[in-house]
Amino acid sequence: MSVLDARGLSCPEPVVMVKKAMASEENARCMTVIVDNVASKENVTRFAEHQGYSVSITEADGEYTLELRK
Amino acid sequence: METEVKLTKLASCAGCGAKVGAGTLVKMLEGFRTHTDSRLIVGYDKSDDASVYAINDDTALVQTTDFFPPIVDDPFMYGQIAAANALSDVYAMGGTPRLALNIMCIPESMDKETVQQILRGGYEKAYEADTIITGGHTIHGAEPIYGLAVSGFVHPDRVLKNSSAKAGDSLILTKPLGIGIITTAFKADMVDEAVMQRIYTQMATLNKYAAEIMMKYDVHGCTDVTGFALMGHSYELAQGSGCTVRLFSDRLPYHREAYELAQMGFIPAGAYRNREYAQNGVTWKRPIDRALEDIMFDPQTSGGLLMAVDAADADACLKELKENIAGAELIGRVEERAENWIIVE
Repeated sequence: MSVLDARGLSCPEPVVMVKKAMASEENARCMTVIVDNVASKENVTRFAEHQGYSVSITEADGEYTLELRK
Repeated sequence: METEVKLTKLASCAGCGAKVGAGTLVKMLEGFRTHTDSRLIVGYDKSDDASVYAINDDTALVQTTDFFPPIVDDPFMYGQIAAANALSDVYAMGGTPRLALNIMCIPESMDKETVQQILRGGYEKAYEADTIITGGHTIHGAEPIYGLAVSGFVHPDRVLKNSSAKAGDSLILTKPLGIGIITTAFKADMVDEAVMQRIYTQMATLNKYAAEIMMKYDVHGCTDVTGFALMGHSYELAQGSGCTVRLFSDRLPYHREAYELAQMGFIPAGAYRNREYAQNGVTWKRPIDRALEDIMFDPQTSGGLLMAVDAADADACLKELKENIAGAELIGRVEERAENWIIVE
């Protein structure tokens, strides 16, 4: 499963990163996204759900790990 | 026009989305010593759009400033939008802008033509607003900034505070929402140029015309909807006026593109700061789509006026606004203080 590190990026960059990864076939079913702010967490969640993925989130030290599955 | 470096690429935040959160500012200014002056009609305490100081019984001075990094790549349009946004605070107080000063920061690498186009945009809007730019201050810095410090005048008895709305007033908003979401999505190449032209034109439109109509009617309070979004500014209006603001979610004007873009997560960080600031003051009376909620918290750049119109005048005022201002809608009502500051139904 691929891991996308979107830490340090501001909106809309994390969503763009995830969008590109979803478009490439090998990553399409599931992926992990790491972000470091609430806006990125919320935006990636919205995008993934809109694309039909389920999202589970864990938080540690101000960073969020999002598991996206389809 | 084309520029070698895209202006928006030089900006870390877009437009009023760059605004520091309302809660953050309140905390930073706590405990500072300030003078009191009976001539100061509007000061810092009510989080209003501009300060107002009575010079004599007939005239009060209105002062405000606003500036932000590029929200559009066309420098002429950027200058117009920044100026329209800065002038808006005077209109929101019921005043007429008269004098302005440029506030500008430019990277040393920026070419002269681009700088001139930004300024030309500012001068164009100031001229349209019958306002004279008398000077200003320009510095070098990594990120471009442009805006104005504006002075205007208002009759001391006709100041439209955001804290003087009365229970029973109708709330009218004069520009559709969704600007922050659409400009964020544009950075990800998700928005057509034709849509962007509509958005740019709206942002560059002076609130002068809406204000001129507003002044013909019995209006008790007013603010403009900018960086703190519809919800943040409604929250300030409600708290300042000691009333509850009831918003009709099915009447809100917004750009239809913003809805799907919000569903897709193209939402500026400022929207989440606004949610953090205002959410405890909101009671949702029925389930609202998350995307519509996001639009309600979306920071607007050069947004419309939110006016509290006496119920007896509301229909006539709305009719005249609708005939002249695209997107004006009656979106809510001011009520006696109820269970929370904002009730959304």
